[in-house]
Amino acid sequence: MDKVRSAREAVSAITDGMTIGIGGWGPRRKPMALIRELLRSPVKDLTVVAYGGADVGLLCAAGKVKRVIFAFVSLDFIPLEPYFRKARESGAIEVSEIDEGMMLLGLRAAAWGVPYIPTKIGLGTDVVRLNPQIKMVDSPYDDKEWLAMPALKLDVALIHVSRADQRGVCQIDSPDVYMDDWFARAAETTIVSCDELVDSAHFHQGDNARSVFWERNVTQMVVPIAGGAHPSSCDPLYGFDMGHFKEYAASASGDGIGAYLEKYVSAKDEQTYQSLVGGIDAIRALPLPVY
Amino acid sequence: MTQQDYSLAELMTVAAAEAFRGNGEVLATGIGLLPRLAASLAMKTFTPELMMTDSQSWLLSEPNNVSGRAASDQQAQESWMGFSRIFDNVWSGKRHAMVGPTQIDAYGQTNISALGGEYTKPKIQMLGVRGFPGNSICHANSFFVPNHSRRVFVPGECDVVCSIGYNPQRLPRGYSLDDIDIRLVISNLCVMDWGGANHQLRVVSLHPGVSFDEVQDNTSFDLAQVDNLTTTPAPTAEQMAIMATLDPANSRAKQLKDNPVGDRRRLEESNNV
Repeated sequence: MDKVRSAREAVSAITDGMTIGIGGWGPRRKPMALIRELLRSPVKDLTVVAYGGADVGLLCAAGKVKRVIFAFVSLDFIPLEPYFRKARESGAIEVSEIDEGMMLLGLRAAAWGVPYIPTKIGLGTDVVRLNPQIKMVDSPYDDKEWLAMPALKLDVALIHVSRADQRGVCQIDSPDVYMDDWFARAAETTIVSCDELVDSAHFHQGDNARSVFWERNVTQMVVPIAGGAHPSSCDPLYGFDMGHFKEYAASASGDGIGAYLEKYVSAKDEQTYQSLVGGIDAIRALPLPVY
Repeated sequence: MTQQDYSLAELMTVAAAEAFRGNGEVLATGIGLLPRLAASLAMKTFTPELMMTDSQSWLLSEPNNVSGRAASDQQAQESWMGFSRIFDNVWSGKRHAMVGPTQIDAYGQTNISALGGEYTKPKIQMLGVRGFPGNSICHANSFFVPNHSRRVFVPGECDVVCSIGYNPQRLPRGYSLDDIDIRLVISNLCVMDWGGANHQLRVVSLHPGVSFDEVQDNTSFDLAQVDNLTTTPAPTAEQMAIMATLDPANSRAKQLKDNPVGDRRRLEESNNV
């Protein structure tokens, strides 16, 4: 029942050609330390399913990605993710572009073990034309056509949470869970990084168990990494690092991903990364965004 | 303050607020500062039944200010409303979103995904379709266009059709064009709806000093116009005061290039002095 692993041990479960789902939303609560570990691995030809931010941009830029299944890739205050943009505009990756809600339905279908969920979302748009693998179905109950959103089965899901115990009970304090529960349920193997590893007794106190959004048998590995969402946010612990995102975005039009990876990722462990961005205290002091 | 002392951003916001008049208990979502200010203004005045989020994860009884807030500020939360729950609401149809597409075509189809080139290698990758496909077939939508031009109002169809519109060629089996609900288009030149023949885009009111020909010249397809074409009403003193309260940092002055005056005839008068 001890699911605690190092980032390297956990990420070694990911092999060439796998489909991975990444929790979080844009620049918010992304499992970035796990992404950095993936960047250091030799893995390639991944299919990535995400409400994308720098996670998707970095994996594309580092040549890890064959196909992205996405509704958007954005850093919010930098609306267009610079490296995803480069990958698209150079034709380097295949894509399957779907509506945000279709992605949710696809994850639910995978979680529930059904081949598809019928929906009207996407009808009449280029989502249908650009995704010939997505089929239409008739309903036994009416005469309309329905889009059959296929199950998005994930080999691995990567998620960052506020805290977890060694048995895989995961707590999210942030105001939004996003679709993380569905990413976890849609995956064969769910790897969760957490800002804090706690004793199981933590969940016995007060209402802590109310902010546990999936069961422990859905989580296979727990990777304790304080600050592990940086440069994305882990509200309420820390906001996203605007300065770092700006430097990251500037690198896309400057020295390129090679220089960024050299400086922050390649041949460096997470501790070195964090010292380069100011240390855990500086990360925890990043102000929360105001919308 | 004389009534003429209003900016184009304020004129557009007040016109955009009208899109939410009489909407009742729907989730009003304004994407971008001015559409959000417009929905908030409507909720504060003539459509108090509207529902609105904090753009994050809570439904509010009173809209948050659109500027000058700190993360620690209190807000009038009435229920949790995370993103997955937004979809439950979207699919129920009880929502009206006001969005700012990069391209809009004669069918009311829009694009925020990619521009030019081949789809497999676009000239410009933008956001992606986001929630536009689902929004457009599930609930009412209005469009906010800060720069009315032929680049926005494109000929033919959008490069990537992200939202369903009044296009008979793309209508799904079992649907009629009346199932699509596109409300107003508020641009920096005029207010339009889709009430022309066969849902043709139609000018409803012109902003002060703008002519129909100028609007048509800046649109790549033919526009209709209502019989009694009016001038877009100036903000009232009450509306100006509420906008100032909701936007204490005056971020609305930074949304349109050079923050143009609302009544351009005033500018011409002062230039003639």
